[in-house]
Amino acid sequence: MTGRYDRAITVFSPDGHLFQVEYAQEAVKQGTCAVAVRGADTIVLAVEKKAVAKLQEERTVRKIVQLDKHVVMAFAGLHADARVLISRARVECQSHQLTVEDPVTVEYITRYLSQIKQQYTQSNGRRPFGVSCLLAGFDNDSDIPRIYQTDPAGNYFEWKANAIGRSAKTVHEFLEKNYSDDIVAERKGVIKLAIKALFEVVQSGAKNMDVAVIRKGTNLEMLSQDEISSYIKIIEKEREEEAQRKKGGGR
Amino acid sequence: MDFSIGIKGQDYVILAEDMNAAHSIILNQQDHTKMLDLNDHLLLARTGELGDGVQCAEYLQKNIQLYQLRNGYEMRSNAAANYIRKYLADSIRSQEPMNVNILLAAYDTISKEPQLYYIDYMGSMATVPFAAHGHGALFSLGIIDRYYSRSMSRDEALSVLKKCIVELKKRFIVNYTSFNVQVVDSQGIHQLDRIVA
Repeated sequence: MTGRYDRAITVFSPDGHLFQVEYAQEAVKQGTCAVAVRGADTIVLAVEKKAVAKLQEERTVRKIVQLDKHVVMAFAGLHADARVLISRARVECQSHQLTVEDPVTVEYITRYLSQIKQQYTQSNGRRPFGVSCLLAGFDNDSDIPRIYQTDPAGNYFEWKANAIGRSAKTVHEFLEKNYSDDIVAERKGVIKLAIKALFEVVQSGAKNMDVAVIRKGTNLEMLSQDEISSYIKIIEKEREEEAQRKKGGGR
Repeated sequence: MDFSIGIKGQDYVILAEDMNAAHSIILNQQDHTKMLDLNDHLLLARTGELGDGVQCAEYLQKNIQLYQLRNGYEMRSNAAANYIRKYLADSIRSQEPMNVNILLAAYDTISKEPQLYYIDYMGSMATVPFAAHGHGALFSLGIIDRYYSRSMSRDEALSVLKKCIVELKKRFIVNYTSFNVQVVDSQGIHQLDRIVA
């Protein structure tokens, strides 16, 4: 009986805030960082991998998951909440194809997840999802790469490049400074920019990074540790050279 | 009035099916494919009620795809066959049973074995070296009995298949103009030339 009259957990504050949603966004800010960068024909998702405890198996439970053959997602925040969303999204991808014979567009599945998230900010007895997602992929009938971001409030936006999770602001500022259409014209450029952006936060290097490369028509490609390390070597070298140049010029 | 036939070899399974889409006495289409890829190594040939067949096959296909996305690996042939069997067994015990008979050709990538499953609309299942659904089965099974061996090559299997088709052409009242032929092996599912009766 009382179940039906559970007060909504997410109610407005006197000054117009939904505190539960804002707290959920805080939860996201404590999650490990995830970066997405869109190039001319490539999308790269780079996520921070938390260091594993000594006795723990280094599981390949990734923060980069496939929702459908052509849509990939990275998330930041509560992993368990994300699992629920991922499951719902995967079913919806198949259900959509069953009904209309077309694979979902990236925007459609983003909108679907956002709708679920919004419902949970306006339902009895439920709390918002503490997850932000970065969805990446190519629509079935187009060569245009797409990145979308969702937040716990249920907002969604399309981005050229973005970061979520801890220190997302730092990474985002870095991307704003360093993103240009020239740099991301080639696959290598996109990968390098994404790793470089994540490197701002994940100082420890390749062993704490997972990098996924998405291209039209091919399967999702996860870069090996060695490949990531080689990019990082190049990035570090460039940094040193830059530092030398500054030292030399700033006399 | 449908006819489907499957023959399993050492490392392949061939499935063939008529291409008629008929309702009562009207033949709507003569090039209608009634086979569906459930995943990279599973091929389903359906006979029976056309609408039920489409509904059933597509639903199974999407669920098998979902399994793959959820778990990160393909559903194994045995698991998929039993899943399909249960689906039909539940269906017959419901208010609206599906009238669909299925031949499932599979290549198990883990045990590296081809498999052929005969599943009927009531949910009975058998793992067989060769099988057929429909009235055509009455004409074909005897022929395959006579010529089948597990070690036969794909060409030999196709020639036995052609023998069955010749017999159907001669003695079966329904005229099948052409047959869709596909093969499943370790490399996946491949389309072979249509056999024109």
